[in-house]
Amino acid sequence: MLGYLARRLAMTIPTLLLVAIAVFALVRLIPGDPVQVMLGDSADPVQAAQLRAQLGLDQPIPLQFMHWIAKLAAGDFGHSITNNLAVLPLILDRFQVSAVIVLVAVAAAACIAVPAGLIAAWKQNSLLDLSVVGGATLLLSIPSFWLGLLLLLLFGLKLKWLPVIGYVPFSENFWQAATFILLPIVTLTMIEIGVLTRMARAASIEVLRLEYVTHARAKGVPEWLVLGRHVLPNAFAPTWTLIGLVLGHLLGGIAVIETVFTLPGLGRLLVDSIFARDYPVVQGCLLFTAVIYVVVNLIVDLCYPLFDPRVTVA
Amino acid sequence: MTLLAVDNLRIEAASGGTAVVDDVSFAIERGEFLAVVGESGSGKTAAARAVLGLLPPGLRKVGGRIVLDGVDLATAASRRMRALRGPTVGMVFQEPMVSLNPAISVGAQMAEGLRLHERIGKSEIKRRCLDMLARVQIRDPDRTYDAYPHEFSGGMRQRIMLASVMLLKPKLLIADEPTTALDTLTQREVLDLMVGLARDHGTSVMLITHNLGLVSRYAQRALVLRQGRMVESGTSRQILAAPREAYTRQLVEALPRRGAATGRRQSGDPLVSVRGLKVAFAGRQRLFRRDAGVSAVNGVDLDIGAGETVAVVGGSGSGKTTLGRAMLRLIPTSGGEIRFRGKDVTTTADREFRLASQLVFQDPYSSLDPRMRLGEIVAEPLRHVPELTVGERDRRVEAMLEEVGLAGLARRWPHELSGGQRQRVAIARAIVRQPAFVVADEPVSALDMTIQAQVLKLFERLQAQYGFACLFISHDLAAVEQVADRVVVMQGGQIVEQGSRDDIFDRPQHDYTKALLAAAPVLDFAGTAVARVSG
Amino acid sequence: MRLRANTAIGGALVTLLLGTAITAMFWTPFDPLRINLRARLQPPSSLYWLGTDEFGRDVLSRVMVGAGASVVISLLTVLLAVAAGMAIGCAAGYIRGWTDRIIMAVNDALLAFPGILLALAVMIVVGANKVGLILALGLAYIPSVVRVVRGTVLSIREKEYIEASRVIGNSEAYSMIRHVMPNAIAPVAVLTTSMFGWVLLAESALSFLGLGVPPPAPTWGNMLAASRPFMETAAWLSIAPGLCIALTLLGVNLLGDSLRDRLDPRMAHG
Repeated sequence: MLGYLARRLAMTIPTLLLVAIAVFALVRLIPGDPVQVMLGDSADPVQAAQLRAQLGLDQPIPLQFMHWIAKLAAGDFGHSITNNLAVLPLILDRFQVSAVIVLVAVAAAACIAVPAGLIAAWKQNSLLDLSVVGGATLLLSIPSFWLGLLLLLLFGLKLKWLPVIGYVPFSENFWQAATFILLPIVTLTMIEIGVLTRMARAASIEVLRLEYVTHARAKGVPEWLVLGRHVLPNAFAPTWTLIGLVLGHLLGGIAVIETVFTLPGLGRLLVDSIFARDYPVVQGCLLFTAVIYVVVNLIVDLCYPLFDPRVTVA
Repeated sequence: MTLLAVDNLRIEAASGGTAVVDDVSFAIERGEFLAVVGESGSGKTAAARAVLGLLPPGLRKVGGRIVLDGVDLATAASRRMRALRGPTVGMVFQEPMVSLNPAISVGAQMAEGLRLHERIGKSEIKRRCLDMLARVQIRDPDRTYDAYPHEFSGGMRQRIMLASVMLLKPKLLIADEPTTALDTLTQREVLDLMVGLARDHGTSVMLITHNLGLVSRYAQRALVLRQGRMVESGTSRQILAAPREAYTRQLVEALPRRGAATGRRQSGDPLVSVRGLKVAFAGRQRLFRRDAGVSAVNGVDLDIGAGETVAVVGGSGSGKTTLGRAMLRLIPTSGGEIRFRGKDVTTTADREFRLASQLVFQDPYSSLDPRMRLGEIVAEPLRHVPELTVGERDRRVEAMLEEVGLAGLARRWPHELSGGQRQRVAIARAIVRQPAFVVADEPVSALDMTIQAQVLKLFERLQAQYGFACLFISHDLAAVEQVADRVVVMQGGQIVEQGSRDDIFDRPQHDYTKALLAAAPVLDFAGTAVARVSG
Repeated sequence: MRLRANTAIGGALVTLLLGTAITAMFWTPFDPLRINLRARLQPPSSLYWLGTDEFGRDVLSRVMVGAGASVVISLLTVLLAVAAGMAIGCAAGYIRGWTDRIIMAVNDALLAFPGILLALAVMIVVGANKVGLILALGLAYIPSVVRVVRGTVLSIREKEYIEASRVIGNSEAYSMIRHVMPNAIAPVAVLTTSMFGWVLLAESALSFLGLGVPPPAPTWGNMLAASRPFMETAAWLSIAPGLCIALTLLGVNLLGDSLRDRLDPRMAHG
């Protein structure tokens, strides 16, 4: 098992390296002098000189890259140009907000989607099945930002049950914080239910076709046990992969939800810093997001042996 | 009392219309062994599933009566049905690779049935499972109990399946082609085991099969189905030795039989000659080292004369398929030499050899490009004969299709054809360039019995006409008996015996050859066929 | 039955979309860019079917032109992604060896970025305009295509008819073009329809964030963004463009589903 872990970790290194190269190259690719690109035309010459020294622009590119990587490894992601805050702590702070929303939403979606998909597959082509598939397709066709806006309109403005703007961290006031993130979570959950249900259903249909399911029935096993013991564990694997991909991708798509609900999350930080041309922050966000994506998929992969004994340490 | 009585059973497709099973009636007494014989589309599997009340979602029982152990299945509530499944009737399926749940240990699956139907404690359940595993000749029952299905081969999984089903001591065992997916030798072992277990517990057996040899060896009575209808029924001896209906006769005649020795002895230099051929596959690449590899072919010497048919037989893992591919230089060799018409072609890509040799594949469903019409498929090899004009090429293709009995179908797509027809196209494609050497890799294994007979006859005729040499690879000794001039027996990558066809079949020397012959399904009424499974 | 419903509804919605987009090229009820402050924020009426926005511009006309913009951008993006993806994926899957390893390493690195972020990153470099958007989105989705195509090619090359092609004496290049590629089209076709939906959504999202096509040119995304201050007073501004996106995506998804069902080999052999 340890060998498998080591091997999987080793496999992520080339990916992370390429990601780092891409992010590094990003700013260098923007036409023009990087310092001027970052500070804008009306740059304070002292600040410009400082930045130039900080970035080590007089050195050959590979060396610049090494320095940059070294600093990253030490936790120094640079400083924001707009407010001079250290980038990494800023990112981590914002990430907490995004992470809570994404994790809760995906978990809730999975808890609903997997049983729904399973039951729809069990009664394939019945009215129940058609409604489940229809509902799921509808949900995943709705753009998340529009759904968010509509829910905000309904529950925030018309019914006034929930606040429209603002955010309070959980550490300050639990219940108030909860009201601020309830709608974003509900929005995201609804969309992800659409995506996950279809996959769970497709996987369950595949498994229900297989002989060992008939064999279980031939032994006289009652239906609910057949579904729970024989179908679910085997149908879960593709859904689990999808959950990993979804978690990863929501780290990008979260920007729109955070914009709609004006939440101080990672997505909004990225968008704001793009507008502000705050490239150290942009680089930091991109890098951080990619690393999280790789880590999440790694965890998803490592969990595989839990439900599919065929995936061994080999 | 009659254990199972099926009267006028009718099963239709749920979308209406075509009857999959039409007015079929039969009965099984306590302790009896009935074989249900039919080819694909005969409805035999549907009938069996109906007895368990487990028809797949696309089928529906619309008529007839099934009375199992005194219970009329039509009126049985689902709880009653579930109680019947397992202790009264058990079923063993065909595909060992998907018959066990990969996510649950073997022991847990075996215990599941016992836990449902009997009131015994956990340790007693485990003890019975271990005993049964030992009974089905699994070597290490304790380790097997905790292991997962993917760690076992097809043959072992079938044994585990058998153990799991027989644990509940069913009164009736339905076996749906339980050994078709297995190697010849393993087939014999698993079936003997099944019959032995049935005899231990007085279980009646309903064996569904297309293999008449098995019917003669094990069954007392037989029922022949065709396209959902009953053709004939009676004692197996009567059906096989003196069939009344034309279709039954066709089935019996489809069993390959030895023709006269063709006397095609090799004279002069061999066409293809192989010396000390070795093929080894590298092991899996681990992080810092490479696993030890597998030696699939380990020093083979073989000569094939022009126009001769040499059959290569062996079980799975014998290396026969690898040998065929290596001789055609489709896979790299790791030792030895291959000569074609005296020229060394082991390493150099010899164009003449490539154009003069062809391969007929085993699987008719994946050897034809689904996006090409039949005419295009057969015409493709002629790309490399530039002297032909377009008109000449089309004429040759049409003539070839006619030869294989598919005249005028050049515009059809592969998915519109049956398995047997597709195999004919594959043969046409192989012959169209009039090659000197054809390797046929299990060309009829995937086909129904009557179709097998037709395709083998076609093959014989074409060979007589075009005079190509043939390397005929098969695990089915019966097919080989019909077409081969010489037979080569392989085991573990080496040739253990070779000789003329008659020599091998009548006077086998090596133990492995004898075992293969004994396992071959031929009409053999000696032994258990007459003795009744005592109940 | 489900197949026919999917095709019918999906086909109808997509046709509506394409029809609107094409019509908008020649005619709209009002000039979508013309400012008319006297007719600000009118609710839907018989004159302005979907009402007017804060500048008095007719929402229906803007929605129609937005359809055109979205369709063109999404179509070109998908074309770019599929063409490049197929070429790269086939090369990786068929040639294997180091070519495959390098391509997959780069591909996996690109896949580590969520699509929108990758597009954002590229747009930072190329600038925020229509061409930049197409390039950025196209690049963002090439890795997905490569992955699917490579997977398909890997399974096809194990089929016996590929080996048969070799036995006949065909060159590897011929086998790849004549036998592998035509059989790889089916899964790619399904992917293409899904991708059209993702790209449309991504483009709307980017526009919503202000990083896509800049105003005053209307796209559904930036119309939604602009509607936010008026949510309470002029709800129709929020509903119309969003509904269009949702209906289009629904149509594309349903069509994609029916395409996948039709191409499923199990159903093809009936």
